[in-house]
Amino acid sequence: MADTNNPTPPKRPLVEVRDLNVNFVSREATVRAVNGVSFDVMPGEVLCIIGESGSGKSVTMRSLMQLHPKKRTRITGSMRVGDHDIMALSDKEMNAVRGRVISMVFQEPMTALDPVYTIGDQIAETVMRHEGVSKAAAMERALELMQMVKVPSPERRLKAYPHELSGGLRQRAMMAVALSCRPALLLADEPTTALDATVQIQVLIVLRKLQEQFGMGVIFVTHDLGVAAQIADKVAVMYAGRIIEYGSVKDVLLKPKHPYTLGLMASTVHGQNRDQDIDAIPGSPPDMRFLAPGCSFAPRCKLAQPECLASFPEPNDHGNGHMSRCFRTAATTPAMEMGIA
Amino acid sequence: MTDISAENAALIPAPQKPVVRGYWGNVWNKLRYDYVTLFFLGLIIAIILIAILAPWIAPFDPNKSSMASRLKPPGFKHFVLGTDEQGRDILSRIIWGGRTSLLMGISPVLFATIIGGLFGVLAGFAGGRTNTAIMRTMDVFFAFPSVLLAVAISGSLGSGMVNQMITLTIVLIPPICRVAETATAQVRTMDFIDAARASGAKTPSILFRHVLVNVMSPVLVYASTLVSASILLASGLSFLGLGVAPPTPDWGLMLSTLRQSIYVQPLVCALPGVAILVTSVAFNLVSDGLRQAMDVKA
Repeated sequence: MADTNNPTPPKRPLVEVRDLNVNFVSREATVRAVNGVSFDVMPGEVLCIIGESGSGKSVTMRSLMQLHPKKRTRITGSMRVGDHDIMALSDKEMNAVRGRVISMVFQEPMTALDPVYTIGDQIAETVMRHEGVSKAAAMERALELMQMVKVPSPERRLKAYPHELSGGLRQRAMMAVALSCRPALLLADEPTTALDATVQIQVLIVLRKLQEQFGMGVIFVTHDLGVAAQIADKVAVMYAGRIIEYGSVKDVLLKPKHPYTLGLMASTVHGQNRDQDIDAIPGSPPDMRFLAPGCSFAPRCKLAQPECLASFPEPNDHGNGHMSRCFRTAATTPAMEMGIA
Repeated sequence: MTDISAENAALIPAPQKPVVRGYWGNVWNKLRYDYVTLFFLGLIIAIILIAILAPWIAPFDPNKSSMASRLKPPGFKHFVLGTDEQGRDILSRIIWGGRTSLLMGISPVLFATIIGGLFGVLAGFAGGRTNTAIMRTMDVFFAFPSVLLAVAISGSLGSGMVNQMITLTIVLIPPICRVAETATAQVRTMDFIDAARASGAKTPSILFRHVLVNVMSPVLVYASTLVSASILLASGLSFLGLGVAPPTPDWGLMLSTLRQSIYVQPLVCALPGVAILVTSVAFNLVSDGLRQAMDVKA
């Protein structure tokens, strides 16, 4: 992805994930949650992973943080964040990376904060753990962070318990915890899904601003295309544990090449006539326990042909880093123009 | 926007500063208006004080018998609540009996909470084989009705106060262990545990700072409901002759010996039972009130 016209040497990506496979093993079955995912995130870049429930978005992110239970998870491939080879780290080293180099914002602000401690205590806990400062200094830092994430009257909110705050404030408090040690990479697992639309945009604005200010890399998981359009630099579309389309936000959302992305775009509300039904993609995602060898989307795809069921397509390059994995890419563009996909 | 806010600034009342309280401050604030709980809390404190101060409060020696005044009704001469089959003052014996009964109510629950709670948290947090080993062992104890189990253990250990305490502790461990295990298993899957791990917390830190603290309140509340059960069970054991040995005053033992005189002096016979009833109801209602007050989310 090196830009040859740029006189400065190409920067090394902050995150490099290569051929990541995550399988959940139980006595009855093996769930192939992630199948050969590769992507890069440059420092100061926001990558949005889009996909429906069960497409492997969250699993990919949790793998980056080694949050899966070891006994039941088989992970192969390579992951590098900064100078850390995630797969090679010991538990102890991983603990030092978590929260300091990589940190995470969770989906449910209701349950992601411990109900028995005040917000201030929870922020201070992380600061004290990684920087070994006194409680008083940590609380000062907590106050600073609360101001940074734009919590009104932060002094009072520091002493509040999570249940005393609204969802939006809680999510900001969660962000304050995540940002407390200035991580190089922030993982955000649908952080705005549980919030209503007005609060959602406020949280996104704060997140984007802080991301620019800190120069953080962000991996943002969502199933909301609107949110992705607002925050992303790059977009990766996942389906059945694979990235099926990847590129800049403009390329992917405006010139989608994969029939699945096309279908996603068609199923959003965008000024259709009142009486017109929204196009939905027929069928449902495949069972991850029994994945067929071919393109996983083929059974639901209007453009599918026999070859689609035989093998999984190799990446097609559409220029400018825009990639899609589909045999029928040539057919998708006319399909979009006809508005039928 | 600025001009409007400047104009209206005077009209908008200054926001009232909300009171910020700590956890126990919140608990007390909720408890303050719960008059039933407060009343029974006062009653429990009174019962405990009376039991502690028994040597000074009791009008007579609880073991001094008098053949002349056996099984007299309440108000006979200077015996406010009457006398038992050996002519001992019932009031004094109830006051002194509170000592053994409260001891039997509270200390086994305390020991069982510590032991059962530890095993429960361990089982819930570790999961897998550890969980199976601990919880299936507990299930063995669950197979017996608690009274039967208590009688069996107590029968093999022999009577006496220490043995009774050991018996009750063993009987109370399985239910507390199960509550602790369930609460831990619930807390373990919560996002904040993952969030703590994601912010770099080590396992012991997660266990003590996040799991234990969240498990504590349901376990403590459940344990407080067991105090009355423990008093009843202890009284039952004494009643069967497996608890404290006579002539030590104990509510259950008194009930047992007075039982034979129920047709002669029914009111006097019922009095130790009334003491047991009042104490266990008080403990039950207070634990109910505490559960509501200690629920952070309410």
